[in-house]
Amino acid sequence: MVAGGGDPVDVLIVGGGHAGAQCAIALRQNGYAGSVAIVGREHEPPYERPPLSKEYFAREKSFERLYIRPPQFWEEKDIALLLGCEVVKVDPAAKQVVLSDGTMMTYGTLVWAAGGDPRRLPCAGSDLAGVHAVRTRADCDQLMGETDGGVKRVTVIGGGYIGLEAAAVLTKMGVAVTLLEAASRVLARVAGPDLSAFYEAEHRAHGVDLRTGVAVERLIGIPGGRVTGVALQDGTVVAADAVIVGIGIVPAVAPLIAAGAAGANGIDVDAFCRTSLPDVYAVGDCASFACDFADGAVMRVESVQNANDQATCVAKALCGEARPYRALPWFWSNQYDLKLQTAGISVGYDQTVLRGDPAARSFSVIYLKTGRVIALDCVNAVKDYVQGRKLVEAQACPDPGCLANDRLPLKGLA
Amino acid sequence: MVSVTIIDRAGREETVEAAPGLSVMETIRQAGFDELEAMCGGSCSCATCHVYAQGEGLVPLSADEDDLLDSSDHRRADSRLSCQIRLSAALEGLRVTIAPED
Repeated sequence: MVAGGGDPVDVLIVGGGHAGAQCAIALRQNGYAGSVAIVGREHEPPYERPPLSKEYFAREKSFERLYIRPPQFWEEKDIALLLGCEVVKVDPAAKQVVLSDGTMMTYGTLVWAAGGDPRRLPCAGSDLAGVHAVRTRADCDQLMGETDGGVKRVTVIGGGYIGLEAAAVLTKMGVAVTLLEAASRVLARVAGPDLSAFYEAEHRAHGVDLRTGVAVERLIGIPGGRVTGVALQDGTVVAADAVIVGIGIVPAVAPLIAAGAAGANGIDVDAFCRTSLPDVYAVGDCASFACDFADGAVMRVESVQNANDQATCVAKALCGEARPYRALPWFWSNQYDLKLQTAGISVGYDQTVLRGDPAARSFSVIYLKTGRVIALDCVNAVKDYVQGRKLVEAQACPDPGCLANDRLPLKGLA
Repeated sequence: MVSVTIIDRAGREETVEAAPGLSVMETIRQAGFDELEAMCGGSCSCATCHVYAQGEGLVPLSADEDDLLDSSDHRRADSRLSCQIRLSAALEGLRVTIAPED
C-alpha cells in the first residue's frame, strides 16, 4: 500500500480517467514491476465517460457496466487507487506532491493525466441549482434525478458533441429541449458546414428547438435557488427547469503550471509526452503537443483514443520502449440512430468533398488540404471510415471527383 | 449463466460463467483479462475488441461489424467484435481468442 510520506511510489499517476487508468494497465501489461498509484478526484474506480451522455443517461447501461476494469482488478494488479482526492502541489526538485487531504507523496515518475473541468458560464446565474455539466457520474446522476423528479424543459448551452448527445438522449426521453449555440452553426470548432447542417436538421426533426448565433446574457432563477430560464442578449428569455452547460473544458493543470511546467492551454509535451520538468509526463485531454496529423500544429486532442494511446506510449517508455507518439486521431459520437465516426483532424482544410447522400442519412465529408486527405467525418458509413482512415495515414491525394463518387470504394484511391 | 472460454494472446485459457445479456467484450473485461482495449466501450465504433469466436449459435455479423473488422491486419473467417456478441443460453460453450494487436 501507499502510505503518506513513506516509500516513494515509482509511478504516480494523477487522474483516474481513461488516460490514467490506461497508463497503469499498460505498465503492468508491459511487465512493469515497480509500485504504481493513481490519484483520482472522484470516488469511483476508473470508468468510461462517453456512455455518460448516451447509454448511461438513457438507462440502457448500469454504472457497474462502465468500469474500465472490474474494481478488484486494481488490487490484483497491485495498482493503488487513491480516490476522492487530488494533487494540489508539485515539487519537481524534491519529486514530491501534496494531496488535497494534506498527504505528501514522493514519486519516481509523475504522469499527469488529470484531464479537465467543464468550462463554466462566465455570466450571472451560473451557480444556480439545476445548472449542470456532463462530465462525471455525479453530474449525470444529479441530472437524471431531476428528470425523474419532473424536470420537463431543459436548455442545453453549447452545440458541441456533449451538448448534442445530451439533447438527443433527453429528447428521446420526452424532455423538451432547447439548444443554444453562440456560433453560427453547431460543431463549428470541430467539423465543416456540411456536417453541422446535417446535425442541425436532424435535431430539429426530432423536436429540439435548436438556435444558433445566440448569445446567453445570464441565467435567471430564484436567488440562491433553482434556475428558471436563460436570458439571451437579444432580450429573449427561454424558460427552463434545468440547464446543461457544454461549452468545453479547462485543462486541470494548475498545480503543474505552478511548479514551473511549460504550458498555457494545457501542459506542453514533446513527442514522447515528456513535460519540461524532469521525470514528469502529461497525457490525454490536458496535454498540448505538436500533432503529426495536423502538420505539427500544437493542440490538445480531447478524445478517448488520444488519452489511451498517449498513456500507452508513456507506459511503454517507462518499460524501456520509448517511441514517439504518432497515432491517427479518431473519435465517435452516437446521436439518435446516427453513428458518426471521425478520422484525422480537419483543422486547416481548404476543400471538402461530400460523398453519399445526407438525405439518405448515410454519407461522409472528406476534408482536403492542398489536395491531401486530412480527415473524414462519416455518418452511418463505416466502410468509408475504415477505408478513409488509410487515406489519411497514407497522406493520399486522390482526385476529388473520385472521392465524391460513392460507387468507387475509397480503398482503391490511396 | 453461460459458460465461455477465453484464451489470451499468450494462450492462457480460462472458462468463466457469465451473465446472459452481457457482451463478450464485457465478459472478457470482467474476467480480468487486460489485453482487450475495447476503446469505444462497446458501441461498434472501433475494432479494438477483436476476437476469434468459435461456437454454435452465433448470430451473423452486421454490415458495420464486417466493415470495422476489415481494418484489422489479423482478420480471419471467425473474426468478431466481442462487443457485438451478446451472451445467451444459445452460446453455451463459446470459445473466444483475443486477436493480436493491430
